[in-house]
Amino acid sequence: MNAIATITTTLKDWESDQEVRWCPGCGDYAILKAVQRTMPEIGADPAKTVFVSGIGCSSRFPYYMAAYGFHTIHGRAPAFATGIKLANPELDIWLVTGDGDGLSIGGNHTMHLLRRNLNCQIMLFNNEIYGLTKGQYSPTSRQGTTSPTTPLGSVDRPASPAAFALGSGARFIGRGFDVSRHLPNVLKAAHAHRGAAFIEIFQNCIVYNKDVFDDFAAPKGAEDRQLWLKNGDPMLFGSDKTGGVKGIALDIQKLTLKVVDVADGDWQAAGVIVHDVTNRSVAHMLVEMPFGPFPMALGVLYDDPRPTYEDAVLGQDAQAREGKSTDLRKLLAKGQTWTVTEDQGPLSGV
Amino acid sequence: MATQLAERAATTSNHPESVVVRFAGDSGDGMQLTGGQFTLSSALTGNDFATFPDFPAEIRAPQGTLFGVSAFQINFGSTDIETAGDAPDVLVAMNPAALKTNVGALKPGGLIIADTGEFTKRNLEKAKYDASPIDDGSLAKWKVLAFDISALTLESVKPFGLGNKEALRCKNMWTLGLALWMFDRDRAPLIDWLNAKFRKNPTLAEANIAALNAGHAYGETAELGGQLHKVHLDPVPSPAGLYRTITGAEAVALGLVAGAQLADLPMFFGGYPITPASSILHYLVGLKEFGVTTFQAEDEIAAIAAAIGASYAGKLGVTSSSGPGIALKTEAMGLAVMTELPLVIVNSQRGGPSTGLPTKTEQSDLYQAVYGRNGDTPIPVIAACSPGDAFECAIEAVRIATQFMTPVILLTDGYIANAAEPWAVPDPDTFTPFPARFLQVPNGPDGSLLPYARDDKGARPWIKPGTPGLMHRIGGIEKNPGTGNLDYSPGSHQAMTDARKAKVDGVAKSIPAQDVALGQSGGKLAVVGWGSTFGPIHQAVRRARAKGLDVSHVHVRHIWPLPENLGDLLRAYDKILVPEMNTGQFKTLLRDQYLVDAQPLTKVSGQPFAIAEIEEAIATYFDHVPGNAGGDDIDANPAQLPSIESSNP
Repeated sequence: MNAIATITTTLKDWESDQEVRWCPGCGDYAILKAVQRTMPEIGADPAKTVFVSGIGCSSRFPYYMAAYGFHTIHGRAPAFATGIKLANPELDIWLVTGDGDGLSIGGNHTMHLLRRNLNCQIMLFNNEIYGLTKGQYSPTSRQGTTSPTTPLGSVDRPASPAAFALGSGARFIGRGFDVSRHLPNVLKAAHAHRGAAFIEIFQNCIVYNKDVFDDFAAPKGAEDRQLWLKNGDPMLFGSDKTGGVKGIALDIQKLTLKVVDVADGDWQAAGVIVHDVTNRSVAHMLVEMPFGPFPMALGVLYDDPRPTYEDAVLGQDAQAREGKSTDLRKLLAKGQTWTVTEDQGPLSGV
Repeated sequence: MATQLAERAATTSNHPESVVVRFAGDSGDGMQLTGGQFTLSSALTGNDFATFPDFPAEIRAPQGTLFGVSAFQINFGSTDIETAGDAPDVLVAMNPAALKTNVGALKPGGLIIADTGEFTKRNLEKAKYDASPIDDGSLAKWKVLAFDISALTLESVKPFGLGNKEALRCKNMWTLGLALWMFDRDRAPLIDWLNAKFRKNPTLAEANIAALNAGHAYGETAELGGQLHKVHLDPVPSPAGLYRTITGAEAVALGLVAGAQLADLPMFFGGYPITPASSILHYLVGLKEFGVTTFQAEDEIAAIAAAIGASYAGKLGVTSSSGPGIALKTEAMGLAVMTELPLVIVNSQRGGPSTGLPTKTEQSDLYQAVYGRNGDTPIPVIAACSPGDAFECAIEAVRIATQFMTPVILLTDGYIANAAEPWAVPDPDTFTPFPARFLQVPNGPDGSLLPYARDDKGARPWIKPGTPGLMHRIGGIEKNPGTGNLDYSPGSHQAMTDARKAKVDGVAKSIPAQDVALGQSGGKLAVVGWGSTFGPIHQAVRRARAKGLDVSHVHVRHIWPLPENLGDLLRAYDKILVPEMNTGQFKTLLRDQYLVDAQPLTKVSGQPFAIAEIEEAIATYFDHVPGNAGGDDIDANPAQLPSIESSNP
């Protein structure tokens, strides 16, 4: 987010003239629409907006946005974004990456961008599979995923993007999924956060990992399986129609979260936690909260800004420049110098 | 070299033209510092010089070991100096290991100054000496001056109450004092320097100055058996003007700053620590007032990626590394070629492959620079031949990068990066500006935008994100000529590959024609070099010509594309010899480009060429061909020629 004068645009203004080349039915279409819908709402200026991506299905995203776009190389988008932002902090940068691009080949760069707190939005499309290379398992694939490279099922344990981001020092963690009507709100909150805002977006790869998120993303039973977090609200999910309202509370003995039943709407009596987006300890529990025994934590899990990297770097630059000469002649003649005179006379050292 | 690329007559005089001194000691003995200060003193005396710092890869190798020896060689004199010298005249050995590893290089009859205080049983064992070489006669072919420098130093700093360890640290200043006496040098600048260096600890400053003075007084007063006497070298007749000492790393940094100013651009430098390239980053962090932003990235790839990002956003992106780091940057270089963004990549070459010889010099990344990428990925390559030349090469790299919208590789090496030489401070008013231009309005028909339209040089427009109305997308995927939209149809790839090649080939039209550094444009033998072999080649050719041999020196700065007249020039010689510190990479490039019979003279020992090595190869060529002396018009049948390869040292 930047203090840029907002301008008026419509969704159409953000659609580029390029033909979208994702598979029909891909979750990326829904995310693209959500982003295109969000941009006018936040008053973004296409001329000052840059979409930067790496390699993979998700990384084609910049071509379809009528803004500036840089489709770079596999995994390195965070490093390109760092250079762009340091060169021109006025630019509003959206990073588009995937579970392979951002956590496998580019895990290193993702970590460093987050710990430095470069002011930008990072959208990690997590489909738990390599799509563009035709279906190999990815670092977020669940154990036992069969794929062309793991015909007997994958044996490695998956990485959790949100936990990784928080562990790397992220000050904003958002979560949503492709077709969710709440996704634009998560994007807006991410944009409003000054600093690196990490958004994990579950995305349905209908060719290689179809409906893998249906257990929580399917409309049927969603109320029971999705915990939409809102700052200042109790962490409630479910309803009387689906077997009762439940809440998330703290198990003081085990220092873990637990699911509690809420009777007659008295969530306080049940000990349900009120979501405080600035509480880092609770954020750690939320990103680790296992789906199954718990609902999927969605929305803004954590939001507690800190000074940004580019402010620190450019501030230090400005300070170092204060009152200094920019005379190249003087610079070249610095250090131990001596003068040779026409008559080869005595030398004078400096 | 104070002035270069000019033939000079050798001066004759009764005192020596030049002297080579090597300071060698433990890596903790401060030999690099001693050498550096002796260099400054040579500069202030008006001697020309060249230096060769040679140190181990280990930061603090175990004391007294053979692999922990750090050496600094300086060749200084009253005539133009092109190399750090073949064999030292004087070797200062601070311990047995330093003596053992360096004495072999010393000229017969040369002088050894050794610190007997360090020739203990333990240190002799560490240096694998059975008996002290000072006493066993094994140093008979040299003059030996052995005395207890350690004890003399301790004595001289006694009044300052330092601990034994700290007091012994002043040994290098004691030794420097003696060297200053030997070569009739003024101590005042060194005393000023010590006072400044130990500003916060005046006791240490005084102790070091006392040691320096004591070493000097020792030379003045001690009875040294007539072996040590003062040598005075006159100042070199240099053109009038302001001079300073400069290392290659400093020169690259200054050249980049100057280049950025000439291009009217702020600079973004992305780097990752690596030997011997880090010193460029160290130097640039102090130049923020010149519009420099530096970024120590998480790795080599991020360093170049951030630099490309900065170029995309309208700054001059620069990155720097050494072989292994350059290898990691390769994919990103391809992206810079594909997106046609300006970028300067500095490679301070070191011995390879893999980690290789981190602190030793080599020229073995030429293939990597010219050919080492996936796809048809042409990148202009420039090679600096000396610290001072690196300044001009860096400006040239910025010019080509910004004018042609292309990454440019600047090759230096560990020797150039660390070595110091006197440098005539240039007048910035003599530089020709080449301001960068950014597209401000759509450039296509009917107000359309063509990010890949080309100017007469084949360069596409530079478009800063943030410019209203010019939103567009670029990337590493093949694109449509003109719109730049994703397009990998056969026609597009052919057209774009051709366009990228034509653009880089066209750089040749904007570079100077190839000249002859020494000799004639044609003849019996051309010794063709590039990079830091300039010095030894130049001196070897000069000596050979003084003997009447028809040999010329051609030094190539623009490695890719090559100067347009180079092929014709090379064909005007009967034979071409290419000395280089690799297994023959430039030789292959010349054969490839011109179908000429270039012969290699190669060396990969981690040490620069000695003049004698090249001289010998030249002599071998002329010796083995009957009647083939300089200027004689004989039929040089290639079948009769010896393989110069066989004369490899």
